[in-house]
Amino acid sequence: MYKIAKENLTALFQKIASEQELYLPVKTAGQTNFGVWTEDAQVDLDTLKTVKSPKDAFFPQSETLYTCIRDGKKLKIEPEALKDQNFVVFGMRGCDVKGVEVLDRVFLVDPLDTFYAARRDHGTIVALACHEPEETCFCKVFGVDAADPSAADVATWIIDGTLYWKALTEKGEALTETVKDLLEEDNSADEIVEKEKASVRDIVEKLPYMHLSLEGWNGDVLMEKFEDPLWDELYKPCLACGTCTFVCPTCQCYDIKDYDAGRNGVQRYRCWDSCMYSDFTMMAHGNNRKSQKERFRQRFMHKLVYYPANNEGMYSCVGCGRCVEKCPASLNIVKVIKAFQKQGGEQ
Amino acid sequence: MSIEKNEEFRPKIVAFCCNWCSYAGADLAGSSRMSYSADVKIIRVPCSCRVNPMFILRAFERGADGVIMCGCHPGDCHYTSGNFYARRRMTLLFSMLDYIGVESGRTRVEWVSAAEGAKFSQTMHEFVDKITSLGKNVRLEDLRCRNL
Amino acid sequence: MQEFVKATSQAGASSHLATAGQRESQTRVINRAKELLADGTVARVLGWKAGDLPYNPEPAYFEKEEDFADFVYNGFCGANLSKYMIEASKLEGKTLVCLKPCDTYSFQELMKEHRVDRDKAYIIGVGCKGKLDIEKIKAMGIKGIQSISGAELEDEAETLTIQTIYGEKTCAYKDAMLERCHVCKGKDHMIFDEIIGESKETKDADRFTEVEKIEAMSPEEKFAFFQKELSKCIRCNACRNVCPACSCRKCVFDSNKFDSAQKANVDSFEEKMFHIIRAFHVAGRCTDCGECSRVCPQGIPLHLFNRKFIKDIDELYGEYQAGADLEPRTPLTDYRFEDAEPGIVAERG
Repeated sequence: MYKIAKENLTALFQKIASEQELYLPVKTAGQTNFGVWTEDAQVDLDTLKTVKSPKDAFFPQSETLYTCIRDGKKLKIEPEALKDQNFVVFGMRGCDVKGVEVLDRVFLVDPLDTFYAARRDHGTIVALACHEPEETCFCKVFGVDAADPSAADVATWIIDGTLYWKALTEKGEALTETVKDLLEEDNSADEIVEKEKASVRDIVEKLPYMHLSLEGWNGDVLMEKFEDPLWDELYKPCLACGTCTFVCPTCQCYDIKDYDAGRNGVQRYRCWDSCMYSDFTMMAHGNNRKSQKERFRQRFMHKLVYYPANNEGMYSCVGCGRCVEKCPASLNIVKVIKAFQKQGGEQ
Repeated sequence: MSIEKNEEFRPKIVAFCCNWCSYAGADLAGSSRMSYSADVKIIRVPCSCRVNPMFILRAFERGADGVIMCGCHPGDCHYTSGNFYARRRMTLLFSMLDYIGVESGRTRVEWVSAAEGAKFSQTMHEFVDKITSLGKNVRLEDLRCRNL
Repeated sequence: MQEFVKATSQAGASSHLATAGQRESQTRVINRAKELLADGTVARVLGWKAGDLPYNPEPAYFEKEEDFADFVYNGFCGANLSKYMIEASKLEGKTLVCLKPCDTYSFQELMKEHRVDRDKAYIIGVGCKGKLDIEKIKAMGIKGIQSISGAELEDEAETLTIQTIYGEKTCAYKDAMLERCHVCKGKDHMIFDEIIGESKETKDADRFTEVEKIEAMSPEEKFAFFQKELSKCIRCNACRNVCPACSCRKCVFDSNKFDSAQKANVDSFEEKMFHIIRAFHVAGRCTDCGECSRVCPQGIPLHLFNRKFIKDIDELYGEYQAGADLEPRTPLTDYRFEDAEPGIVAERG
């Protein structure tokens, strides 16, 4: 394991950024989101959760797929180039890393999403373990260890002003090689990190949402859950905005639209879609889900029933708690799970 | 013989003109052989009140450097009161554009009657000069539409 | 009819009294609601249901006596329930709705636009001593929150005591208040059937101060400011969907015939277009209830757009407060022959 003093992190970022693009939590106008590192970016590693999840790095909110340009009497189609430069995402949390795994199972299966695949191939994930998890976190419920982001390429911990660095994959080793000059090998680090992990796990045990039960939620309960009258009540405070879906690290629905850029041609782009929106999956014949209840139900059924049905029981919620924090009507997946649980208890 | 390419900045200006007064004013300017800049592109609208604030923003999005709206003089609206409503709307919209950092010179409203060909011509000359001095609009343009 | 409790500095009033105060006020609303439900005056009650965290109550309907076990009204009940009355007006029977003083402006404005039905509403005006902003509390570095005391309605405590898994924290009630409460329009209910509970003045700032600061900037600075703020926009539409003035059945930004998709965060232009046009569409109807800024997940000060329009309207067409009356003419559906010319924008500089 390696270590580096926190005050030397700027040098580390400079070093990484000199060779490849570096995304990390940056504070802009009071809010922390993942952004590209620049000399004057205000890096913020203290905020536990960025407002938006880092899924943008692999699946941007909007991206052009191809452009059609009139060329005399012909139409020229110019596909957008795939990502061909390496980049690093620094500071993803354990839940965010798990979120990428959820996206992989959607975009990296047949038919392969080439735009996403190219980004995954070129991206290296440096995860940062949580130091002070919060009351809105429930990652443990989905098998994520806040104290040990082991699914990343590199795992790091910040303990008492020192960042500990542990490469976990080949990609991680390669990145470590490029910044080795700045890192210091430390054989006693394991012990310190283990102690930190234990203390974080202790905190996790104390958090109110960490013991949420997912009993009754799996891929086999489709009709039973779908037709449950409880949805008629649950959706009512929902304002039909897209906050929960846009801050979520696993929501993967997108819409494809055209933009007429005049002489620059027509750009076909895709942008994140939200199942909460009235035009979600709108087709020529109209809309599949006509009421807000149906749209609201879709989000939770997808995360807790449809996705597990297609992915050996893996849920597509990672318990990051962003929706819990940001919903304007204070609705969220935890309240939904609890409501069904309560109902189950009464029956 | 070769054609020299003019590289100097030529502003793109969109003028919304109401059908009953200002468009006729522009017509009169033309038939009276009074000139106005070819940089001004006129869009005829039934009444100045038809101008939706989105039209103004769309014009800027797609590369306009200045937008001017012309209508009947207050009190002379073909529909009695359309330009009164338009006046309030445009005042508020222009103030908002100024507030977010779009120079106030880039937007203008002028009342031009069907008999005021000279005023139309003069207004357009002035406005073109103003926009030329302000230069290209980069604050409200959509990068996807930018000339490559 | 309405009692005002003067803002006194009785810091550290005992929490025992506070709890009693809270219970009393909440109980009065609950008892009255139960009465009206029982005698058939109303078919349902629209209020707030306690959340599973100390700070996340949600708007909810209560139809049965036992539902009221979860009924809550405290400092975290910031949601403006007027918007929900649009849907409730379509239901069978009357809905009892709890409205804070500022919510009643929105309700009255919606009445004026025929979007809510006065005959379908039984309005209980609830007291208000300023609503709390959990984002502000968290920004102070308070995390791992387990319980919060001092957020109750009739609590005289000036500080919030917050138990967290990282120890006990305190913060001044004032510092945790929503921006809108610092520039409160006043604690008078504009429309109500009865009032339960007392209010406390919270205004300690002028609502146009921020707007004036921006007006004084150079075009470059103004642009840089808004560019930075709006670049955070994720196009979630929370500001629009929570807004009581945004009550169109179909929003222009939801039209599939429209060039810019409401959800596409494609170019910095689209965000500006959306926020300018949204503010413009509610100009003269916006009561400055502050819901847009409250719900923005990215903390964009959206009220700065609305207040600019309000300020201009006040200066150019005379003081106007949307929702303060039922007068059908609003500044943008009215005119005077001698109105200012649009050139005034450039003249003011």
